Amino acid sequence: MTHRQPPLDLSPPVSDEVRKTTCYMCACRCGIDVHMKEGRVAYIEGNRDHPVNRGVLCAKGSAGIMQHNAPSRLRAPLRRVGPRGSGEFEEITWEEALETAAGWMKPLRETAPEKLAFFTGRDQSQSLTSFWAQQFGTPNYAAHGGFCSVNMAAAGIYTMGGAFWEFGQPDWAHTKLFMIFGVAEDHDSNPIKMGIGEIKARGARVIGVNPIRTGYNAVADDWVGITPGTDGLFILALVHELLRAGRIDLDYLARWTNAPVLVNGDAASPEHGLFLRDDEGRPLVIDRRTGKPAAFDAPGVRPDLAGTWRKAGVTHRTVMHLIAERYLDPAHAPEAVAGRCGVPAERIRAIAAELARVAFEESFEVAQEWTDFRGETHETVTARPVSFHAMRGISAHSNGFQTARALHLLQILLGTVERPGGFRFKPPYPKPPEAHPRPHARCAPEAPLAGPHLGFPLGPEDLCLDEAGDPARIDKAFTWENPLSAHGMMHMVISNAHAGDPYRIDTLFLYMANMAWNSSMNTRGVVEMLTDTDEAGDYVIPRIIYSDAYASEMVAYADLVLPDTTYLERHDCISLLDRPISEADAAADAIRWPVVTPDRDVCGFQSVLLDLGARLGLPGFVTDDGAPKYADYADYIVNHERRPGVGPLAGWRTGKHGPSHGRGAPNAAQLENYIANGGFFLAEVPEGARYMKPWNRAYQDWAVSMGFYDAPQPYLFQLYAEPLRRFQLAAEGHGERQPPEHLRERIKATLDPLPAWYPPFSDGHADPEEYPVHALTQRPMAMYHSWGSQNAWLRQIHGVNPLYMHPDLMRRHGLEEGDWARLASPHGEITVPVAAMAALNPNTVWTWNAIGKRKGAWALDREAPEATRGFLLNHLIHELLPERGDGLRWSNSDPVTGQAAWFDLRVRIEKSKPPEEALPVFDALASPVPAPPAELKWKI
Amino acid sequence: MTELPARTERKLGLVIDLDTCVGCHACVVACKGWNTQAYGAPLSDQDPYGADPSGTFLNRVHSYEITPADGAPQLVHFPKSCLHCEEAPCVTVCPTGASYKRSEDGIVLVNEDACIGCGLCAWACPYGAREMDQAEGVMKKCTLCVDRIYNENLAPEDREPACVRTCPAGARHFGDLGDPESDVSKLVAERGGIDLMPEQGTKPVNKYLPPRPRDRLEAAPPAALEPVADAPGGFLGWLDRALDRLPGGQD
Repeated sequence: MTHRQPPLDLSPPVSDEVRKTTCYMCACRCGIDVHMKEGRVAYIEGNRDHPVNRGVLCAKGSAGIMQHNAPSRLRAPLRRVGPRGSGEFEEITWEEALETAAGWMKPLRETAPEKLAFFTGRDQSQSLTSFWAQQFGTPNYAAHGGFCSVNMAAAGIYTMGGAFWEFGQPDWAHTKLFMIFGVAEDHDSNPIKMGIGEIKARGARVIGVNPIRTGYNAVADDWVGITPGTDGLFILALVHELLRAGRIDLDYLARWTNAPVLVNGDAASPEHGLFLRDDEGRPLVIDRRTGKPAAFDAPGVRPDLAGTWRKAGVTHRTVMHLIAERYLDPAHAPEAVAGRCGVPAERIRAIAAELARVAFEESFEVAQEWTDFRGETHETVTARPVSFHAMRGISAHSNGFQTARALHLLQILLGTVERPGGFRFKPPYPKPPEAHPRPHARCAPEAPLAGPHLGFPLGPEDLCLDEAGDPARIDKAFTWENPLSAHGMMHMVISNAHAGDPYRIDTLFLYMANMAWNSSMNTRGVVEMLTDTDEAGDYVIPRIIYSDAYASEMVAYADLVLPDTTYLERHDCISLLDRPISEADAAADAIRWPVVTPDRDVCGFQSVLLDLGARLGLPGFVTDDGAPKYADYADYIVNHERRPGVGPLAGWRTGKHGPSHGRGAPNAAQLENYIANGGFFLAEVPEGARYMKPWNRAYQDWAVSMGFYDAPQPYLFQLYAEPLRRFQLAAEGHGERQPPEHLRERIKATLDPLPAWYPPFSDGHADPEEYPVHALTQRPMAMYHSWGSQNAWLRQIHGVNPLYMHPDLMRRHGLEEGDWARLASPHGEITVPVAAMAALNPNTVWTWNAIGKRKGAWALDREAPEATRGFLLNHLIHELLPERGDGLRWSNSDPVTGQAAWFDLRVRIEKSKPPEEALPVFDALASPVPAPPAELKWKI
Repeated sequence: MTELPARTERKLGLVIDLDTCVGCHACVVACKGWNTQAYGAPLSDQDPYGADPSGTFLNRVHSYEITPADGAPQLVHFPKSCLHCEEAPCVTVCPTGASYKRSEDGIVLVNEDACIGCGLCAWACPYGAREMDQAEGVMKKCTLCVDRIYNENLAPEDREPACVRTCPAGARHFGDLGDPESDVSKLVAERGGIDLMPEQGTKPVNKYLPPRPRDRLEAAPPAALEPVADAPGGFLGWLDRALDRLPGGQD
C-alpha cells in the first residue's frame, strides 16, 4: 500500500474554559488549570504561573479527575443504624445531621468542654479548625502533625526559626551540592523534583541519605544506604570532621548564631547551663574589641567565639566551647560510628571533605547591599553553595528531634543558612519560638480558650498541666513525657480516650483522618477501642462524628458522618496564617473555589463547621444578636479578621487609598480578584531583603508591613537551645514544676540543649537479637496516603505493595521472589508477599505506604489486590513500647515532641506457606456507596 | 502492506534523560488524561475498581535494578512510549494503511477509522509501545500529542506533548532530532544519547540520555580534611588565632 495520510485536525478545540484553582491530591498545593467541557471537568494540568509548580504536575495531580469522580464519594449525611464498624447507615438530611451534632456538643460546652475532642487529619484549614476549637473551649484539638513530622518542624523552629518544606527551601539557583536525608519521594513533591532536575542539568552533585534507593535517591550521584535511626550519629560525625579541620564559618557563627553567647558555668546555680544575660534579659557575649561582656545585639559588638568570663570564682564559657568539647570527642569520630551507621569511615570523611570544599572553595559573593540588625551595612552576601533537605525518614524516630537539630547544626556550622546556594526561608518564616504562641489548655464551661492550643513552650511553666500536675489534654501533649509536642499527638487520642487516661471524653470529632486503618499504630487495637463497650453496654467512646469526602475505613466507625466535597467543589484558602506555600523570594497564598457544583448532597467541611459554630453560639461565629456571622466558608475567608487588617488571605485587601496587600480591611471582591489572578497571590520580597532574613533590617521591616508580625524581631540561631536546658534543670530538681520521678533521667538524657544522638527507644525494649531487621514504609510518588488506591489510574501504577528485601537477606531466610514471609514484631505478626531489591540497606525491609485496604472500603471490589495482597506495617507497631519489667508502659514516641516513632520498627522474618491472602484478614465492611462501574471510557 | 514515506521533513521526537527521571509517573498520567480527551477513542480502563484493573496507557515507566561490578546497586527509571522509528515495522506490517508515518514530521499515528484491531502492529513493534484498547477494539499509541504541538487553540508555550509539559524533573525534552542544530540534538550530542535496541534496525527517533556514573565520591575524593588540632584545647587555641585573622580581628 502506498504511503497516504488521512486528513487530520491539528487544532481541535481544547476545552470550553479553563478554571484555575489549587490541587489537593497531596499536601504540595500546586496550581492547576482545570479544563472544562460542557460544564464538566475534562482535563487537569499544572498552572504555569503558579509559584509552587510553575506548570508541572505530578501523577497524583494529573489523576485528580479520577479522584473527583471516584465511586467512593459519599453522597449524603449518614446516621449509623448497625453496630459500630458494621458500615450500616441511613441517609439523613443536613438539618438532621447538624442538629444532631449540635445537640451532642452543646451540653458539653455548657458543662465540660474538654469532653469534645476535635482532631483533624490532612486538614488544610487548620487556621479555621483551630480557631473553632479554641472558641468552643476544648483543650483537645490538633491536626496530624504529631504522627507525621513534628520533629522536623519543631527542631527547625527551636534551632533557627523554621525547618524544611513549608518553612524554607534550597537555593536551587545557586546550590552546587545538595544533600537529602530520609525523604520518601514526597514533601515537597514537585518542587524537589524540579530542583533536582535544575541542579543536575548544570552538573551539581546530589547526595542521598536513605536506607532505600528509590525516587530522589535513585537519581542521587552518591547514595548513603544508612541504617535506620542512625542519621544523627552520621551527621555528628560529619560535624566532628569539620570541627577537627576547622572547616566552619567562624564569622557567620560569631555574628548570627548563639555560638559566642556565654553559658552559666556555675554547677551550683539554679541557672546552670542557661545564658548569662544583662539586666534587660539580653544574652551576653564577650566583645572582642574590649574583652568585656556586652549584649549580643549591641551596636558594633564583635562577639568572641572563644570568649570566657570569670566571675565569683566561676568560669563561664561560650556555646562554641561546649560544641568543641562535645563533638571533638572521639566518640563522634567516623571510625567510632561507621559500624552502627552502616557507612564506612572513609565515606563519612569523603562526604565531610566534599561539604567543606564546596562550602568554602566554591564560594562566591552576590551583590546585595543590606544592613544588619546591629546597624552594620554590607555590600554583598557570601554564598555557601551547599544545601540540605530532610523529612520524615529522619524525623519519625524516637531520636528524630535531636537528629533534625543535628542537621541544622551541620548546616549552620557551614554557614549556609540564608546564604546564596544554601537553605533559604520562605515568608512568613523565619520565626523563632518566641515569636510563636505558647500552648493554651485551661478550659471552663461556656468560655473560649485564652489562646491557641498549639505553640512552642519555652520552659516547664508552659506545659499543659492541671493544678494536680496531670495532663490537661487528652493526647497528653505538652507534658513531661513530651514537653515540646507542638503539633499535638493525634496518634494517642483514641487509646487515651478508651483508657479514660487522663479522663473520659464524650464526643470524638474527626476530620479527614483514617484512624481506623492506615493513620493509626496498632490498627486492630484501635478498631477494638472504637467499638468497645462498658458494663452497661454503652460504647466506651460514647460518640464519634466523622467528616470525609470518601468511604474510608474510618467512616464505618462513626455514629454520624458529615460528607465533605471533593477539592474541585469547594472553597479553601491556603493561608499565610496556616501552612503557607511561599517561595524564598515571595510570600504567596491561594484559594480553591468550586469549579464544579457537587452533584450529591454534600457540603464543604469548613462551611459545616461555621454552621455548627453558629448553632452553638460560639464567639466569633455569631453576630451580636446571635445570628450566624458567616454564610459559608467563602464569606469567612473574605471577612474574618484574626487581627485588625489581617485575615486568611493577604492579597487584594482594602487599604486607605485603594487595594492593599498584607494588611488591610476586608474586600468583598477578594475571591474574584484571586480567580482573575489564577487562584493565587504573590508578593515579592524586596530586592535588598532576600538573604540573611533573620538579621536583615529590610526583610524585618517588610515582614512587619505584610502583617507577619507586629515589630521587627531579629534573633540568633540557637545552636544551644535554652528551652531544652530549662527542662533538664527541672529534672535536676530546680524550679517549682517538677517532673515525675520516673521521667527525670530520661529528660536529662534526651532534652539536651546541644544536638545529641541516642539509640531509638525500641532498641531498649525489643531485643535487637530477636528482632534484627529494620522495617520501613515509603510513600509512592504517585499516591498520597490512603487516597491513592481508590483512583482508577493511580491504582494501576501501585496496586500491590510487596515487602522489598535485600537478596542476601532473602537467601538467609530461604526466600525467593513470589514467596511469602511472616514478619513478627514484639507487638504483632503479618504474613505478606516478598520481592527482591538490592538497592537497599541489607538489614532493612520496606513496603509502600497505605496501599493495603480493608475489604468493603473505598468502593473497591472485595477481591481488589489492595484488599487481598496489600498490607500495612501498622499492625506491627504499637502506640506504646513493649513492657520491660519496670511497671511502666513507655510511649512509642519521641520524648521531646511526642512524634510517633513509626520508623523505629524492628522485626523478625521467617518464610511462610502462602496463605490465601495477606494476614491479618479483617471482616469486610458494608459499603455506604453503590458498586463502582466495570469499565471507564472517560471522554467528555 | 503499508509503505513508509521516502523521507520526512522533520524528525520530531522525545529525548528522555535517565539521569534525572525519578520514576514519578507524572508523564504516564498526564498522557492518559490528555489522550483520553483528545485524539481518537478514549483510553479505557477495564475493571478499574476491581480485582484485576487494566487500562490503555500510551506511556509507561518501568524500573530496573542494576548492580555494577564495582559499586552500589542502582535503580533506573525507564519511561517508554512509541519511539516514532524511521523504519517503523508497525507501519509496514499494517494490512489496512491505518498505521502511517507522517511525511511532515515523522510522527507515527494510527487512523482509527481504518484500524481493524488485528494487532499485527503491536506484534511487530520490538518495544511493546502499542496497546489495543479493549473497549474500542482499536490500536492506541503515542501521538506525540499531534493535537497539541500545532494546536492554535493553545498558547505557544503549551504546544508540546503533555508528558513533556508536566515532567517535574525536566527529564523529557521535545524537538526536531533531524536538525543537528536543535536543542534536543545538541543535548543528545553533549550527553551521548543512545538509541533503544539499535540492533533491531528500526532507527528510533526518540533518544535516551544514559545515567551519569554514580557513587564516585570515594573514587575521586576531595582533598582530605587536615586537623587543625587534635585536642579540644588545641582546637580552642586554633580558634583564637583564626578569629584574629577575621575582618575586625586583632591582625
